[in-house]
Amino acid sequence: MVFENLSNKLQETLRKLKGKGKLTEKDVDAALREVRLALLEADVNFKVVKDFVAKVKERCLGKEVLESLTPGQQVIKIVNDELTRLMGESVAKLNQASSPPTIVMMVGLQGSGKTTSSAKLAHLLKKKNHTPLLVAADIYRPAAIKQLQVLGEQLDVPVFQMGEQDPASTAKAALELAKKNRHDYLIIDTAGRLHIDEELMNELGRMEKAVSPHEILLVVDAMTGQDAVNVAQSFRDKLGLTGVVLTKLDGDTRGGAALSVRAVTGCPVKFAGLGENTDAFEPFHPDRMSSRILGMGDVLTLIEKAQSSFDQKQAQEMERKLRTQQFTLDDFLEQLQQIKKMGPLNQIMEMMPGMGGLGKKLKGMSVDEQQFVRVEAIIKSMTKKERQEPVIINSSRRKRIAAGSGTKVQDVNNLLKQFDMMQKMMKQLGKMEKGKFKGKGKFPFM
Amino acid sequence: MGFFSRIKEGLKKTRTGIMGRMDGLFARNMFDDQFYEELEEILISADIGVETTLELVENLRQKVKETKAKEGDQVVTLLKELILDIIGTEIYGLAEVEEKPAVILVLGVNGVGKTTTIGKLAARYQREKKKVILAAGDTFRAAACEQLEIWADRAGCEMIKHQGGADPSAVLFDAISAAKARGVDAVLCDTAGRLHNKTNLMNELKKVHRVVEKAMPGAPHEVLLVLDATTGQNALAQAKVFNEAAPLTGVVLTKLDGTAKGGIVIAVARALKVPVKFIGVGEKSDDLQPFDPREYVDGLFTQD
Repeated sequence: MVFENLSNKLQETLRKLKGKGKLTEKDVDAALREVRLALLEADVNFKVVKDFVAKVKERCLGKEVLESLTPGQQVIKIVNDELTRLMGESVAKLNQASSPPTIVMMVGLQGSGKTTSSAKLAHLLKKKNHTPLLVAADIYRPAAIKQLQVLGEQLDVPVFQMGEQDPASTAKAALELAKKNRHDYLIIDTAGRLHIDEELMNELGRMEKAVSPHEILLVVDAMTGQDAVNVAQSFRDKLGLTGVVLTKLDGDTRGGAALSVRAVTGCPVKFAGLGENTDAFEPFHPDRMSSRILGMGDVLTLIEKAQSSFDQKQAQEMERKLRTQQFTLDDFLEQLQQIKKMGPLNQIMEMMPGMGGLGKKLKGMSVDEQQFVRVEAIIKSMTKKERQEPVIINSSRRKRIAAGSGTKVQDVNNLLKQFDMMQKMMKQLGKMEKGKFKGKGKFPFM
Repeated sequence: MGFFSRIKEGLKKTRTGIMGRMDGLFARNMFDDQFYEELEEILISADIGVETTLELVENLRQKVKETKAKEGDQVVTLLKELILDIIGTEIYGLAEVEEKPAVILVLGVNGVGKTTTIGKLAARYQREKKKVILAAGDTFRAAACEQLEIWADRAGCEMIKHQGGADPSAVLFDAISAAKARGVDAVLCDTAGRLHNKTNLMNELKKVHRVVEKAMPGAPHEVLLVLDATTGQNALAQAKVFNEAAPLTGVVLTKLDGTAKGGIVIAVARALKVPVKFIGVGEKSDDLQPFDPREYVDGLFTQD
């Protein structure tokens, strides 16, 4: 099964171990063979896999497992521990300059996402009230400077450029400007280059010398295969890398490159790129990544997402309405829109514990997003009065609503029925004591 | 530099990368479990993928048994044949159509080199004294249009564009109409990079495909998926999903001038029977070559 993800695979293998009272070396070997294949299919470099499996095996055959009462669980724990250890344990922050500006240089292969990541980083810093300056130092790719300028304009972050002049002098001039205008961060977008292109690699070396950056971030496409190791090694040998940005993590790649790069460079992954929008950029949580690989869900990210997309006041208002049963179709619509803000549904589901195993069923989730659109259209085709008092919607109104929203009368009926059921549920919930209801009540849908 | 030496240049790294080890392995003339295990590792390190590798190695064991091959050279030949069985041996050129223009749709995830590939394809048409129009179908990414425009200038051809954020289908429709009116030979359609698991973007692609069909019966004549040679197993998922949205006629394998081996195309060919038609081996406009499977495989297995 090519499409099963790593966590499913590991879970399956380890489940076989779970029931066992006692493990033999053969059992461990069988399980680790699956672990090895799963990691290889996830694009973890084969050398890294070899080391990893050897380490896990050594610990598995130690006393702690063989003599434990639940050896299966012990093995899971060891795999998880080692994975987390390899990935790094805590969030790595950006290095800070003792006196501003902090200089960040973005390097990497062509198409890994340097320009986009530079803009996203600037956006993230700006949101935290910093004053970043972007530097366009990609003088080779057609329209690369223009791309950064357009992004800078969108984000209202200034972009410094000197056309096709030597990137090292551009960087130097940018630094002068940053000092003069009191920018506290300088983010340098460099041209994509092959790690074996000596001339261009030397150019990076010259830039490093010219401005002595506090951070040199290697931007790596999460979909990279076995070659990730060679790339990371060459960049590490040539430059003082301080961290990694993992991009395109919103794809369905298993992201084994993250493990490989981390193992080779020893540098922490500091940020993850998670989408096309400039705010789809997050500090990378290595512990969450490995627990996600193991199918334990990524509850923390989910909660953070929910918190940032849900307006606190709105949520409280909603809670009050629910309790007093004044929940109308308008509120229903508002809730739908808030959930949509949290991102694609399947992405949200993936983060929920226990959902990882439902991988195949989740393939159908995209249909549900269509459903969202339809429900929105139906409610928007209702009059204000109808939304407040759905009872008045008779059959001729239903026909009109169906026609207005481009749906069938059945769809309208279904929605009204669902809403009715929800209201009944709310009534019951409302009867429950207030204290119990708090907290969870903020998102009745979840 | 001639075309052939250029491919060789591109493939040399492929060769010295994996195959340095490969030569040593075959030279031992010992075909035991240890040999197959090492071969497995070498193939996996070329991104050929676990499943395809296991199948290749299993078939090779069979073949070696059947033919009673004892020499390293014989075994190499057997392995080459097994790979060629999967990827085919045909060499493809630019699309030929009876009624002009040929419509060529170029797809792929973000950052694989779609726009660059189109620029190089345009140069190729130009060299063959054919007229092309470029369609700026990436209306999403900042400055994608400007990037394509520079390539259009270099190749000395016309480009059809709308404003940023416009409907890509409309851009392509206009480009095809313009191409018909002006009697050019081919329309090269750029599209925005999209990850294959984004349902809405894949739906947009389906629409693009439908509109192109409507704009000209029989179009698109060529649907090329651009794959980055550095991509790992995810390329297979990409190929499968893109193939569902817009049936592929070929693959362009880019960035083969690095150390990546691009072995994933073997897995893609095995799963979808879609041939690799071109390879990208550099940043210049003539760095796009027809893919020669025999040369690719030979390149993998011969010493320099």
